[in-house]
This record gives sequence, C-alpha cells and structure tokens, in this order.
Amino acid sequence: MQLYDLTIHELGDLLRQKKASSREITESVFRRIRAVEPRIRSYVTLTEELALQQAKRADEKIAKDVGAIHELPLRGIPIGIKDNFLTEGIKTTCSSKILHNYIPPYNGTAVKRLIDEGAVVVGKLNMDEFAMGSSNENSAIGVVRNPWDLERIPGGSSGGSAAAVAAGECIAATGTDTGGSIRLPAALTNLVGVKPTYGRVSRYGIVAFASSLDQVGPIAKDVTDAAILLKALAGHDPRDSTSLNVPVPDYTKTLVPDIKGWKIGIPKEYFIEGLDIEVKKAIDAAIGTVKRLGAECVEVTLPHTDYGVPTYYILATAEASSNLARYDGIRYGHRNRSVRELIPLYEKSRSDGFGAEVKRRIMLGTYVLSAGYYDAYYLRGQKARTLIRRDFEKAFERCDVILTPVSPTPAWKIGEKIDDPLKMYLSDIFTINVNLAGLPGMSLPCGFTEGGLPIGMQLIAKHFEEEKMLRVAYAYEQATEWHKRRPKL
Amino acid sequence: MKLSKEEVLKIATLARLELSASEVEKYSHQLSSILDYVEKLNQLNIEGIEPTAHAVLVPTPFREDRVAQDETMEKSLQNAPDREETFFKVPKVL
Amino acid sequence: MEYETVIGLEVHAQLLTKTKLFCACPTEFGRKPNVSTCPVCLGLPGTLPVLNRQAVEFAIRAGLATDCKIAEKSVFARKNYFYPDLPKGYQISQYELPICLKGHLDIEADGVKKRIGLTRIHMEEDAGKLVHEHPETRAKDASWVDFNRGGTPLLEIVSEPEMRGPQEAVAYLKKLRAILVYTEICDGNMEEGSLRCDANVSLRPIGQEKFGTKVELKNMNSFKNVEKAILYEIDRQTAVLEDGGKIIQETRLWDADRGETQSMRGKEEAHDYRYFPDPDLLPLVVEGAWIERVRKELPELPDAKKERFMAQYRLPAYDAEVLASSRGLADFFEVCAAEFAQPKKVANWVMNEFLRMIKNDERLIPASRLKPKHLAEALRMVEEGTLSGSAAKNVLQKVFDTGETPKAIVEKEGLAQISDEGSIEKAVEDVIAANPKEVERYKAGNDKLLGFFVGQIMKNTGGRANPAKVNELLKKKL
Repeated sequence: MQLYDLTIHELGDLLRQKKASSREITESVFRRIRAVEPRIRSYVTLTEELALQQAKRADEKIAKDVGAIHELPLRGIPIGIKDNFLTEGIKTTCSSKILHNYIPPYNGTAVKRLIDEGAVVVGKLNMDEFAMGSSNENSAIGVVRNPWDLERIPGGSSGGSAAAVAAGECIAATGTDTGGSIRLPAALTNLVGVKPTYGRVSRYGIVAFASSLDQVGPIAKDVTDAAILLKALAGHDPRDSTSLNVPVPDYTKTLVPDIKGWKIGIPKEYFIEGLDIEVKKAIDAAIGTVKRLGAECVEVTLPHTDYGVPTYYILATAEASSNLARYDGIRYGHRNRSVRELIPLYEKSRSDGFGAEVKRRIMLGTYVLSAGYYDAYYLRGQKARTLIRRDFEKAFERCDVILTPVSPTPAWKIGEKIDDPLKMYLSDIFTINVNLAGLPGMSLPCGFTEGGLPIGMQLIAKHFEEEKMLRVAYAYEQATEWHKRRPKL
Repeated sequence: MKLSKEEVLKIATLARLELSASEVEKYSHQLSSILDYVEKLNQLNIEGIEPTAHAVLVPTPFREDRVAQDETMEKSLQNAPDREETFFKVPKVL
Repeated sequence: MEYETVIGLEVHAQLLTKTKLFCACPTEFGRKPNVSTCPVCLGLPGTLPVLNRQAVEFAIRAGLATDCKIAEKSVFARKNYFYPDLPKGYQISQYELPICLKGHLDIEADGVKKRIGLTRIHMEEDAGKLVHEHPETRAKDASWVDFNRGGTPLLEIVSEPEMRGPQEAVAYLKKLRAILVYTEICDGNMEEGSLRCDANVSLRPIGQEKFGTKVELKNMNSFKNVEKAILYEIDRQTAVLEDGGKIIQETRLWDADRGETQSMRGKEEAHDYRYFPDPDLLPLVVEGAWIERVRKELPELPDAKKERFMAQYRLPAYDAEVLASSRGLADFFEVCAAEFAQPKKVANWVMNEFLRMIKNDERLIPASRLKPKHLAEALRMVEEGTLSGSAAKNVLQKVFDTGETPKAIVEKEGLAQISDEGSIEKAVEDVIAANPKEVERYKAGNDKLLGFFVGQIMKNTGGRANPAKVNELLKKKL
C-alpha cells in the first residue's frame, strides 16, 4: 500500500514513529492526483504550494513534540475541502459559473478548525453546483467519476469529496449534507460519511443551500478516521446562531467494538419494492452480522417516510431561493457586461451563472413562497416535518440506533437520471428524512455487488447521540473487511 | 399541478432569471411534474400540528454590543465586478 | 361632498446601539464608503447573522414607553426583494410575530387631546446607501453603493390609521420622537435620516366606515415637510375625487422644492416579498424578568414629567410642555430650580435665553459651558439687585461662551448693577441736561420719550443702572 492509501490513524502512527513525514505523505497524495485526476475530476482547485508549506510546518511541530499527535491526530494529514467551504485567499466556486472567480476574504469556522489542528489542505473539491444534486453531474466544472467504475456517478452533492478519498487523492475530506449529500456519495464509493446532529458543526463559512438542513461532516476511509475528523469539526460557534452550545465528546473514545444487548431498529418502510435486490441482500447480511455481534434487531415503523422527499423539495428549495438571491453580480461573482440597466443585469448575470438544476430549484422555491401559496406549500411542509420528526422520536423509544439502506440502488451510470429531475430526487429517499428531523446519520460500507460496486448502510441516532451510531458502525466495521478494499485505478 | 408558461415567466421575473422560449417550455413541464409529486402532501392530516421551523431548538443566542473592527474590506472589494475606490459601482439605477 | 382624512404613520428609527443588528460593525461610521463593513453585512457567501442584545433591549424599552404588549416570542422573517443596496437579496425583519403590539400615544392637537393607537413595533436591519451622483467626481453616469449603513438596527413603528389631519400627524410624530429621544434609543434626527417618516393618506366621505384608497407618502425629512406633504396630498386627492376620478394606490415622493408629491408609478413593480421565518435565527424569547427590569429602568416620560412640573413647580401647561419636551432641558431646569427656588423665573430664562443659546438643539446641552448652577447664581444676583435683568442676559451669554462664573465675569467687566441713588441721580441729571429738546417734548405730553431717556441712561451706564430706580428718579426729575 502507498502512503495515500492509508487512513488518518495509520499515518498518525507512522508520523509518530518517524517512519514517514508529512512532506512524504503530501507528496504521495499529489503524485496520485497527477496520475488519476484526469480520469476522476474530483478537484476544482489544487493548492500544492500551500499544502507543502503546511506539511513543512507540521513536520517541524512534530519534530519538536511527537506526543502532540495524540491530541491533534490531523496534524500533517492531507485533507480535501469541498468547494462550498469558504477558504481565505483560495478560490471558492461551489462548482458554479457564478462564483468562478470568487476569492473569499475569510476562512469558515470548519476550515479554520482543521487548519488550526495542523491539517494540510490539498485543494477544493468538485461538487454538484451549490450542493444541489445527487450525482455530481450538476457541476459547471465537469462531471466527477466514480473510482470504482469510471462510467458511473460517485453520488452527490459531495461527489468530488468521496471520489477523491476513494481514489487516494486525499486522505479524508469534508462534505456537506442537506438531503444526503455526504451519506450517499460515501455509500456509493465504499467510504464512511457522517452527517452530525443539526447544529453540531458550525455553518459559518459554508455557502448556504438550505439553512435549516445543511450540515458539515467528514468523508473518510473508516469509522475511526470519521470520528477523528468529526471531533475536530464539532463544537459551538458564536458566529452561527443555530450552533449547539453542547460539549463535544471525544468520539474516538467511544469506538469500542461491543454492542451486546443494543437494540437496532429496522424500519419496515425502508424495505420497499424499488430496493435493488443486491442492496437488499447486503443490508440483510449486515443485519445478520449485527445480530451475531450480540445486538437485538427490532422492527420499528416510520409511517411518514414517503412524505420526506416532497417535504424536502418544498422547504429546501424555498430556503435556497432566498439564500441564492445574493448572487446578483453586484458585489462579487459573475456580472453580465452586455447590459446597462439594473433588472437585465440581474437576470442575465444570474441566468449566465446558474446551471439548470439550480434554476429549477430557485424557481420552485420562489413559487412555493409566493403570494397565496405559502400556506399550501411551505407551512404544510413545516407541519409534515413535525410529523416526520415525531416518527423518529417514537421509534427511538424502542431502539438505540436505526439501520437502513442508504440508496435504493448502487451507483448508476452517468447520464442515466439526469434528464428526469424527479427520478434523481428519489435517490435521496432514505437519507432525506434524517435531515428533516435534524438527527445524526452516517453511512458505512456493507458490501459489493457482483459487478464490484460498493453498497452502504445507514445508521441513524437520536439528537446528540453520534457516539451510539459510531459505536455500532465501529463494531460492524471491525467484524468485516469492506473498508479495507481500494478501487483499481 | 400544471404551471402555465405565464406563471413560469412570472416566477422567473420574481427570481430575476431570464429564460429562453425553450427553457420556459422545459421548466414548465419539469416544475409541473415536481409540483404534482409534491401534492402528495395534501394527503396528510395536519390539523393541530405545529410547524417545525428549526430542527433543533436552542435558546436565543445574543451578541454583546461591542465593536469588532473587521479588516477584510479591501479583500472583499477585490471581488467586485466594478468598483471605484471603496465604492461598489453599478450601472445607473433610475 | 365632505371628506374625512385618514392618516397612518410608519416611522423608522435608527437605534443608538454601538454595533449593527446582526454583526459587530460600528454604527458610527467614517466618511469613506464601506469602511464600516464586514462579510456579514456585505452579504458575502457563507455568512450568518447573530442578534445584538442591546437592540432587543431598546425595542423592549420603546414598547414599554408606548404601552405596548411585549411579545414573549417574536420571530425574524426574511423580506425578499432585489435591489443594489440590499446585499443578501433579502432584509431580515419581523412579520407575523413582531416584538411589540398594540400600544398608544397621547397627543394634543389644536387644543384637543386624543389617543392614537400604535399597531406594532418590530425590529429590522437597514439597507445600504445607493447614490446616483459620485460625491467627489460628481459623475452621474453610474450608481454607487455604500454599505456602511447596511445592517444598522431599526425599529419600525406603525400607527393605527387614527389621525384625521396634518396637525394630529405632526403632534403624533413629535410625541413619538420625544419618547424615542427620552429613552435614549434614537437621536431623532430627521434631516440626517435617523428618524424617517412615511405617511399613508386616504380620504373617505364623512360617515362612511370603509376606508378610501390609501396613498403612501415618502421623503418628508422634517415636521414641516410632513405637514406640507399631507396637506398637498389631501388637496390633490380631494380634487381627483371631486372630478369624479379614482385614487390610485401608489407611492408618492414629496418634492420639497416644488411643493408637490410625485408618483413613483412605473418605477416600482408590485412586490411579492415572500416572507418566511429566517432559518438562521432562532425565535426571540424575552422572559418576563427582562421586561420587568426594563420597565423599572424607564426614565420619567414626557407626559408624566409635564404633569409633575405643573404640579410640583406650579408651572403653566405651556411652560411645562416646552421644558418637558427634552430630557436635557428638563434636567437643566430642575437642577437650577433646586438651587434657586423660583421655578417660574427659572423656566422663563431656560425657555427663552438658554434655548436660544443652544439653538434649540438639545444635543448641545451636555457640552454647554453654561451650567444650571451658573443660571442660579445669576438669578440670585438679579434678585439681590447686584445685576440688572438686561445685564444678566449679557453675562449669561458670556458664561455660555467662556465657562467663567457670572460672579467672575461681573467683577472682571465691572458689570455690577448700579443701584445707589446718588449715581443714578447723577446719570439722570446728565441725560436730562444733554437732551433739552427731548425734555421739552416729553413735558409737552410725548410720554413715549421716557423710553428714550431710559435708553440713554442705560447706554451711559453700560446697561448697569437699575431700571426700576432709573424710572423712579427720571419721573421725579422730569
């Protein structure tokens, strides 16, 4: 195995034992990028010079105090940052034409925390434009390809993040998840992706899509890595009014492979007709494994499951239509130069700059908020949200953690769903309700199809109980070998 | 829920988007089918249900009334499509 | 056809917080554009609002001072529209659940007392400034945006449509302004825009319950302009109706130079603001304890102060009204009256001379070198006879200009009043001797010339002769 194939914790051991330097690790990652990036397209911007400077500083710090790596396990580790995280002085585009030349004057809180911990920033990762999409085909930069099968999508919207980690183009990455955008690509690329409780990680410095749903989280090669990243990212931020003022536990300490007696809820509504036969097989086998580990699987019901996608597409698009109003060509971003009047300036700049999916969602959101429709759509959606949340509250009375599939199918072919927006939206059917309820959810590898495509399973926990789902994930992971596989590139 | 072309144009105006004739056609179809699907929510009995505006409720956070000088103005202005010293410049607004 | 005017006022008050509503930029800004901004108030991607506690405190204060109910839970909502001075493409305001509801103001117009209902008070952020002529180059071929003002906390105060004429409207506005300045939440400056007033004016036939079509008036930056604009609009609407026409619901701008309101029609499209609760801000919860503390800390308000001045100092209503109109003035009066226990005299001096010296601008009171104790001192000297009334005026002006005490000035400039009979008699005799023609004319019956003689004596004595004595001795000698 090459350095770029290893996990954060494995590299941490090497750094501590002086068997490798941050410089070597970083160079290994950049060599890998040069080899595979033309086939994957995970990156929008690479920051090699900056990365090498950071690696050098990390090596100096490690030389002075080897013990410090225990407290700051990210020191010297090359991490990729999704391109909707504002990075000071580094172009941040959200994979959109409208921000094609935007250079933020500040670092977002999540980025700042990673840099303060000594992480090395490899570059900014490709995504679905403004985080709107499930396949990373809505990118003005270009389609991202799944390293496990270059004809297929990696999932979205954090497709670049997942593809890069899977391909060894960074050791781990950050993503955002509004309706499944971390969990879905992680599942389709054999990785671990965590969406924390809403408010766990600061949204200050993340380009907003749907403010009441967006969350930041890690995409990593295994549960331990995800826990390390989550611990670094989480915590109260006074700059984000929706940020929780609740202490952050050391998630790595909860990783004990013992779940004897734990109750795992299996919601019947998630095992539907449309579920791919191989996905069902893998999930059933995972349930078997979990039982063998001593946990008890109980059937639970989440009766309002089917209302999640329509609710989401009302609430998220409404919020997005408002959040994206600031992209008007006045203070930053693309401005159409052919007009000299205000309204045409707005219309042309925005139409030039936004892709079709973004326009679709802005219009949908504008419509559901417009005069006369607020009660019928937005207010109704908010109430449906309450019902969905209550479903989970009831279910959690009977179990510790809920287990479901992540995606109805494994990775699909590029172009397969792109002409049918509704079909694409339904890819989120298992992940979306977790965002609506604000709960923590994660996906992890649980098998492969005959054709070698990764399959993931989802674990969901109660608000603030990330530790529970991480523990179940860890126990399962340690009893299996899926997470050790790497794609052949 | 069928959206007419006029309605699509009205929405586009509110959202400051310019659509070509073929786009109006395309979006009118797509938005109509999405709205049809969204109508599913009408099946729900929401009588007496409180709306959820915030996934996780926390007590109102406040900021103390203390000045913090921000030093990023120049960097912010560098992104301006058009500027005159420290002004943002736009076409004449009548 | 007799019409009744229906007026409602919408007032926006800029709050005297140190920082903006949702970020820590200073509200006091320098002249260079955009120096008082940050990523949050510039609406840069990824930024989030955090609520200024002091702004909420001021909103509670305003609500309590106008007898509103303070909502225990109020919600910030986004008002969505596109304009270059609105960086996020939405304004954070309050819509369905404002912080204050259902208050009132008591006014007096044309001698009639009336209570005007206050519908609501809510918090919102101000927009930036869009100028159409470059302040230095004077170029006019573009527009320029300055976001220094953007994000400043505002209170929007909406009255019930219960005013029936321009006098009532102005009385309401004056009372509201006094309350806002009294409670130190706004500096009330209409010319500079820290207090803005829009008026909704409609007419209906007397006796009709249904309201007529209302027209919104904007751009009135003084009490006088509010009055003129409303008067003009009443005339305009009356003329339209009497002609058989219909009033169009629109916004009209007051043009002070031309003395008319002008339609903004054609420049504005119907706005659909698509209000929804701002997901970046939690509901504003205000506990009872906070409200009670603000209530306890409320200063005595203008009406209460006026009543007390009438009762405690036995001042006539007019005096009490003028003194109570400004807290600074009222305090000045009271401190002085505590030292010189003739409140009516103090009141006269404060209302006339002192008000003149500070050019009617109460903001100049704190810096005034003339302090209450100085006025008391001067009044004591007049009482004792050491200083004449007219000399006192000069002395106090000098105190105002230099900060020296009246005693010191009187000594330095020898302004002490001349009251001894001997000196005055001599002065009288001198003037009589110097003006024989006038003496004859006076003796012939021209009584008015007495003033002339007094004037001459005052001139010759540098204004220091005791006027009462002068009059007495003059009459004796003539």
